[in-house]
Amino acid sequence: MFLINCPYCGERDQSEFIAGGEAHIERPKQPTELSDDEWAEYLFMRKNIKGIQFERWNHAHGCRKWFNMIRDTSNDEIKLIYKMGEKPPKG
Amino acid sequence: MSQNLRVKSSNFIDETSRISFKFNGKTYYGFKGDTLASALLANNVHLVGRSFKYHRPRGIMTSGSEEPNAIVQVGNDKAITEPNVRATEVEIYNGLEAKSQNCWPSVNFDIGGINNFLSPLLPAGFYYKTFMWPASFWEKYEIAIRHSAGLGRSPTKPDTDIYEHRYIHCDVLVIGAGISGIMAAKSAAQNNLNTLLLDEKNELGGTTIYQNSDNFKIDNKISSEWLNDEIEELKKLDNLEIKTRTSVAAYHGYNYLLARENLTDHQSKDEKVNKVRQRLLKIRAKKVIIATGSLERPLVFNNNDRPGIMLSSAVKKYADYYGVICGKKNIFFTNNDTAYESAISLYKKGINVHCVIDIRENSNSSIVKEAQDLGIKIYWSHTVVDTHGYKKLKQISIMELSKDGQSFANSNKTVLDCDCLGIAGGWTPAVHLFTQSGGKLKFREKDQVFIPNIYPSKQISIGSCNGDFELDEIIKNTSDTLKDFLEIDNSDYDNLTVKTTKETSKKNIWLLPSDKFIGKTKPFVDYQNDATAKDIKLALREGFRSIEHVKRYTTTGMGTDQGKLGNMHALGIIADTTGVKMGEVGTTTFRPPYTPLTFGTIVGRNVGEYFDIFRRTPMNDWHINNNAEFENVGQWKRAWYYPRGNESMHEAVQRESKATRESAGILDASTLGKIDIQGSDASEFLNRVYTNAWSKLGIGKCRYGLMLNEDGMVYDDGVTTRLGENHYIMTTTTGGAANVMSKLEDYLQTEWPELDVYLTSVTDHFATATIGGPNSKKILNKLIPNLDLSDENFPHMSFKKVKIGKINCRIMRISFTGELSYEINVQANYGKSLWEQCIDAGKEFNITPYGTETMHLLRAEKGFIIVGQDTDGTMTPIDLQMDWVVSKKKYDFIGKRSLYRSDTMREDRKQMVGLLTDDSNTILEEGAQIVSEFNQNPVQMLGHVTSSYFSPNLNKSIALAVVKGGKDMMGKKLFIPMEDKTINVTVVDPVFLDKENKRLNA
Ligand SMILES: [Zn+2]
Repeated sequence: MFLINCPYCGERDQSEFIAGGEAHIERPKQPTELSDDEWAEYLFMRKNIKGIQFERWNHAHGCRKWFNMIRDTSNDEIKLIYKMGEKPPKG
Repeated sequence: MSQNLRVKSSNFIDETSRISFKFNGKTYYGFKGDTLASALLANNVHLVGRSFKYHRPRGIMTSGSEEPNAIVQVGNDKAITEPNVRATEVEIYNGLEAKSQNCWPSVNFDIGGINNFLSPLLPAGFYYKTFMWPASFWEKYEIAIRHSAGLGRSPTKPDTDIYEHRYIHCDVLVIGAGISGIMAAKSAAQNNLNTLLLDEKNELGGTTIYQNSDNFKIDNKISSEWLNDEIEELKKLDNLEIKTRTSVAAYHGYNYLLARENLTDHQSKDEKVNKVRQRLLKIRAKKVIIATGSLERPLVFNNNDRPGIMLSSAVKKYADYYGVICGKKNIFFTNNDTAYESAISLYKKGINVHCVIDIRENSNSSIVKEAQDLGIKIYWSHTVVDTHGYKKLKQISIMELSKDGQSFANSNKTVLDCDCLGIAGGWTPAVHLFTQSGGKLKFREKDQVFIPNIYPSKQISIGSCNGDFELDEIIKNTSDTLKDFLEIDNSDYDNLTVKTTKETSKKNIWLLPSDKFIGKTKPFVDYQNDATAKDIKLALREGFRSIEHVKRYTTTGMGTDQGKLGNMHALGIIADTTGVKMGEVGTTTFRPPYTPLTFGTIVGRNVGEYFDIFRRTPMNDWHINNNAEFENVGQWKRAWYYPRGNESMHEAVQRESKATRESAGILDASTLGKIDIQGSDASEFLNRVYTNAWSKLGIGKCRYGLMLNEDGMVYDDGVTTRLGENHYIMTTTTGGAANVMSKLEDYLQTEWPELDVYLTSVTDHFATATIGGPNSKKILNKLIPNLDLSDENFPHMSFKKVKIGKINCRIMRISFTGELSYEINVQANYGKSLWEQCIDAGKEFNITPYGTETMHLLRAEKGFIIVGQDTDGTMTPIDLQMDWVVSKKKYDFIGKRSLYRSDTMREDRKQMVGLLTDDSNTILEEGAQIVSEFNQNPVQMLGHVTSSYFSPNLNKSIALAVVKGGKDMMGKKLFIPMEDKTINVTVVDPVFLDKENKRLNA
């Protein structure tokens, strides 16, 4: 059970949050210009890696804000939490 | 009563307080402080249960939570009887009733015991190999197995005990209150750290607290006296909460732990009235100190399971702590020095110790020398090869080991009389919680133990669970580790003088040899599951290699004790047999809970009406007073229908439906989700989330909207009203309200943060009464005489803000039934008043309250969908024949692109149609499959029925269905095969009633 440091509220129990899948998948600005394959890439394709993963989380039973998390899925270590709209660190 | 098996010496037993209890129907006496196990042993009761597979007689083996044999059923009340309780953990109280498990008809005469003699036929994997084939025989086997097997009986009535949950946050959690745990808790609390100390026993102090030997001294005091003083000091500290009888069940990530606090299980019926029985502690600790100690291992040799064979440390604890003599002719059998501590302790109490059998060649440690000086005979290089006595140990046979320990030096066999054999196979660090937390172990070759290596969180293991077994090591390493871990400069324990004995030689033989062929022996590794060394060898011969596979095939370690005693032997035997190093075999996964938890503890207060929360509308009391039946919609309790007299559901719904279309009906629609949307970009936002266009919707007008997922599938629907230039109120389905809110927030925060839009959930803020039917206008006119209800002033799909009396109302003229209807929204507190006024005003028009069932029927007559009933996440608006609500002009909206994927544009997708049965009285079953012909193999399923009713207004059965390519099947005959008959249907348009929408403006 993670202890998650909400960027707006501070440390809270995981039960207050929901996970929202992979982060930094931007909705295409002009979907109609995309081929079926390109649209499918956005719509369906998600990474599921053992190791460092970028994720979206929502403090659903708290401030209701979405934020980003970098988590090592092999040991559940939360490496970094940063707000929506902020860029992930390089490397 | 005979208590001649007691020695007077114990500080922990109150001999002035006699306690009466029943075991297997017979009354016994013990003393306050006894466990069921110690009290039974004091009464010379060793036979307490039968093993699982062979039903062999079994006795008390240990003195703690690792007990594999003495598993009992406590209590004979149908509501509060508990199976699988360890007799070694049950503290006796007046009126306690317990009985043996897994024996039938009685522990002394057990019919399953015949399995013991059939055992050559019951090898490892027996259940898998035999009972799985032929499959048809399984039913017959099962009856026999279920009767003879089984670990206890479940209660047959609801649990009457009270349980609860508590959250605890602390700086430092210390698990285990043995000597190192006490040192840790004191160090932490003294340094202003908020500390929680837990121990599964009823007393603090672990094994040291009854260590009376002057071989072990700290600061020139006998170790138990020193520890007692420490505990007294500890109890004076602030910052410290101590919980005994509390067992940590699980250690999850981020130092989140679950523990069970046992509050009343040691109390008599009268004492525990109205008290909480057990509490689940949900602990979040900044730092965790594991001081769970170690478990003594048995030795694996032929027939090592007879009642009277116990761990040497248990024999010692029963004597030292409980003052109980386990045997009159005691022998110890060992591979290390531990047994000598026990032997000397017993000897000094005047208890007979016949000899020690030691598999080592010799030892020059001081404690062994002391035993020799006391005249205790030692058989060096000897092993027990067999034991005798069926229900109680009577004799053992011993032989001299060869140099390599795998066979014998000669063929001489000595038989010794013995009624209690204390076996000592070395100590296993209790690393269960450490590994549960994700910690990685390492194997220490020197004494062949697994110890903590890599810590996944802020935690540390100290004492013997970290592999420190000698007293001086424990004190020094614990002190050093604590200073470092707690970041403190000096400690009370820095310069203590410690006197201890040192073990000088160790020897492990995981499977001791027998003079018999292994196939004829029973060297038990897992007592509870009757897994023997020979089963493990068989599994290896049959090709199993992974320890996880061997475990499951042989069931080693799969009992309620999770193999706390035998797992190391299983690993050792695998390593020896396969030639792989023990450290490389690895351990099996340790899973929570460490000891079994009751269901009561897990659910806490969330039982009965508190199992799940529910929501009620402001009109709820009226519905109850008017005989409504309720249905659950999400967490809402919604009025379902209002039966009158002896009406059935069908009759009530038919009456309600007819009355609404003929005159007027009223529905409590308060549960519909409502989201208040404001901001200068509100219109643009709606454009993006709904399939149709919103920019041109006038203020005071309403519009139906369909919301898709990005995959193009229908997600939710509802009417949204424009209240002002930048202000809308959106309604959602009852069940979808929370999800829609989350989804919209998600898009606003993450995809379109540039939009100036604010969402507020106002579902609970408003109560809604919908009056519909041809007379609804007249009723509303009575309620608000000065409001012009003409179609010109208040047309369909428009909104008025008015007052009924003094109540502010938002009225939408919208319809989900196809009738002229008005949805009146008021501030929730006025809901019941509004409802009653509507009912009063409608009396002369026979206004009929209707529930969700009639609502569903009326909308089905009009062919309106219910998201979630007629859709299932695979339906596009095109599939639903709702192209009219999808804007072609809009450049983009959620899900638009997906409507042009090759898959969503297929002509043969399942599409929404209406169905009419050839026999108009036959009502289809919702979910029934639809086919077009039977001569295919397999028959192709075209789709299924989604909604089905008998329409009282059309006087025939109607149904909505999804059918492959259904759009082009109008008029086609299809079939619905049911269990007993096939129903013929015709595909029709899904709008059954009033296609021209005349009734909306009636
Ligand atoms: Zn938050």
